[in-house]
Amino acid sequence: MLPLKEKDKPIIQKLLSAGCCPRCVLRFCCVSLQAAYRHRQQNILKELVAFISDTETQDSEAPESSGEHNKSNVAAAPEPPEDPPSKRVKLEQPCSDAPLEEVKDKDPCVCVVCLGILQDLCDSTRAVKIAEAVKAQNYEFDSLVLSVSLPAQLCVREHSCWLHVKKEVREKGLVFDKEDIVQVKEAFKWIMQGQVAKELGGVAVFTKSAFEVGVEFTHPESDADCHFLASVCPDCFKANKNKQSVFTRMAVVKALEQISDGKFLKHYPSPPTQPISCCSPQDVQCLHVSVFVAGRYNKFCRSLPQTPWVIDGERRMESSVEELIAAPVLSAFRADGFNFSSSGREDVDVRTLGNGETHVAAQSSLHNDGLHVFVFLGRPFAMELLNPHKSRLNQAEMKQLQETINESSDKIRVRDLQIVTREAMSRMKEGEEEKTKSYTALVWTQKAIQKDDIAFIDDIKDLTLDQKTPLRVLHRRALAVRHRVIHSMNACFLDSHHFHLGLKTQAGTYIKEFVHGDFGRTKPNLSQLLKTDTDILELDVESVDVDWPPAIPE
Amino acid sequence: MDGLEPKDTADSAPSVIDRYFTRWYRTDMKGKQCEDHCILQHSNRLCVVTLAETHPILQNGRAVKSINYQISNGCSRLSNKVSGKSKRGGQFLTDFAPLCRITCTDETEYTIYSCIRGRLLEVNENILETPSLLLEKPATEGYVAVILPKFEESKSITENLLSREQFEQVVSKRGAAESQPS
Repeated sequence: MLPLKEKDKPIIQKLLSAGCCPRCVLRFCCVSLQAAYRHRQQNILKELVAFISDTETQDSEAPESSGEHNKSNVAAAPEPPEDPPSKRVKLEQPCSDAPLEEVKDKDPCVCVVCLGILQDLCDSTRAVKIAEAVKAQNYEFDSLVLSVSLPAQLCVREHSCWLHVKKEVREKGLVFDKEDIVQVKEAFKWIMQGQVAKELGGVAVFTKSAFEVGVEFTHPESDADCHFLASVCPDCFKANKNKQSVFTRMAVVKALEQISDGKFLKHYPSPPTQPISCCSPQDVQCLHVSVFVAGRYNKFCRSLPQTPWVIDGERRMESSVEELIAAPVLSAFRADGFNFSSSGREDVDVRTLGNGETHVAAQSSLHNDGLHVFVFLGRPFAMELLNPHKSRLNQAEMKQLQETINESSDKIRVRDLQIVTREAMSRMKEGEEEKTKSYTALVWTQKAIQKDDIAFIDDIKDLTLDQKTPLRVLHRRALAVRHRVIHSMNACFLDSHHFHLGLKTQAGTYIKEFVHGDFGRTKPNLSQLLKTDTDILELDVESVDVDWPPAIPE
Repeated sequence: MDGLEPKDTADSAPSVIDRYFTRWYRTDMKGKQCEDHCILQHSNRLCVVTLAETHPILQNGRAVKSINYQISNGCSRLSNKVSGKSKRGGQFLTDFAPLCRITCTDETEYTIYSCIRGRLLEVNENILETPSLLLEKPATEGYVAVILPKFEESKSITENLLSREQFEQVVSKRGAAESQPS
């Protein structure tokens, strides 16, 4: 039994005559019982017809119904509108003209409002097809959300139909609002979600899920339905390079809110015209929300850029840190693409070290004296994996993935590989300016040096540099003088022209420029301190002191 | 640090200029003999204007008395300001735009020119305080100005300049001409 009230009867009559499908009739009667929509549409139609026939017999007892009026509608001869638009004539299709008794036995015509979406396009065959399309894409998921994209002209047809029954409703003095009508989308989901989920082995259906199954319908035959709105409400339809058509659903809805009933009816028939064909379903689009993976990497090679290096459209160097890490990760998560980010970046010829031995030492120092000594090795990085077909890897699988990366190349090494949240990723970028970094540089001096000549370097603490944007990067960064602090340094004599310089600096310090001076544009620089020309031959990042992502015990 | 065998020589590695820059020259600027300029072009297209080692200022134990970036009543290179990544507001220079005038202690005056088209990013203010930088380190700390050529002109702007090799030929011819009585 459908949850219908006496006051729905005239509406049902008018809508059925206008060529609405039974489920659209339920929508306009604001039936919010989801189960009602899941009945076969022929059965719903039978019930509706029975319900309104019942009205006729009880006419005298129903004070709010007007018998004369109802009878004329049941006969399916809609009254000619007072001011008929020229197109109105075409409306008199056999389907809407036919007496209801005949309609219910015949193959139902395409609904003038939903264009078939709540008819054959939401039957069990359709559900199976959607499920098959999802299965074919081989995602791993345990819940899904169905998203429905409908042609924008459906809003126009809905509005036209609303005006059609609104007129009727007003005559009866009933309170009835457009917002109370059940949306086509909603009804479609009520009917389909359960069926699709069942076909997929009983996954949960939520209004929010990481996995979205997108169902799209188009109806080229009636695309022109929207066009009159552009001349009536030009403000709503501004050209947008990103959109194929200006007639987006949003724009159409906005225009329909602005347009007066009179103007609408001048340009568009009410009820809408009978369509020839129903909507055509488009390919099912599946999308899983991004998964984020973080870790730390070492780079052991002086000819490996962090990201692909392209100059004048030509690739320099055959690989990159990003690609070496991404390839195994992408295949493990079966993702479509990725975005790589890291806590700073090293130059192509700079290594990022921090080896396992130091790691063990750091952990044992934690054990022995109970102090929280954190030594983080390698450079923190994070990757957003786009549309992953697999989104869950357990600890063992992540460890395996890390090993796969590490076995694939001896140029890099990854540790602490883990799945993180999108929010946690911001930890990496936070405090990027405050963090400190440790480096070792191989320095050349023009004048011959002795051990004692460089000993004073160890005593320098918190040396503030005035660094003009290095010439090396000045073509792409603003010219400025930046103040950066070298917290401490230590010098280790190698021979009369070389020594190792260890530095602990504020993030953003340009080490190479500090050593060679950058044409005197970094002051003070090492060459000034040593009173001889100095140059940097090699540079290694020893540590990036960011406490994210958390260390994972080996 | 491993895999490196540092040599005990002063010239074991290429200098910063060798590593990142290409040297270009303009000889006898504006027809004035030996007033040679050297342009260091970075691989990122940026250019540093310097005195070539053959420039008269660097000869015969000369000393610099003053450097003046006020190239006309209305224009000083010191007032050049650039802002943002796109370096808005920088003075746009053509090949023969003067950058500064240098007066030596013997009262000879020389004008240093841009030599290339591009946007002036900065002039070297350190040489105002320490003019000796110009003599002692003309190719590095004694540079005159930094100019950013237009992206599309980054290759063509050096077409009118001499390569290091061509420059050396010009210099050796000069030597030969001087040693031959005219």
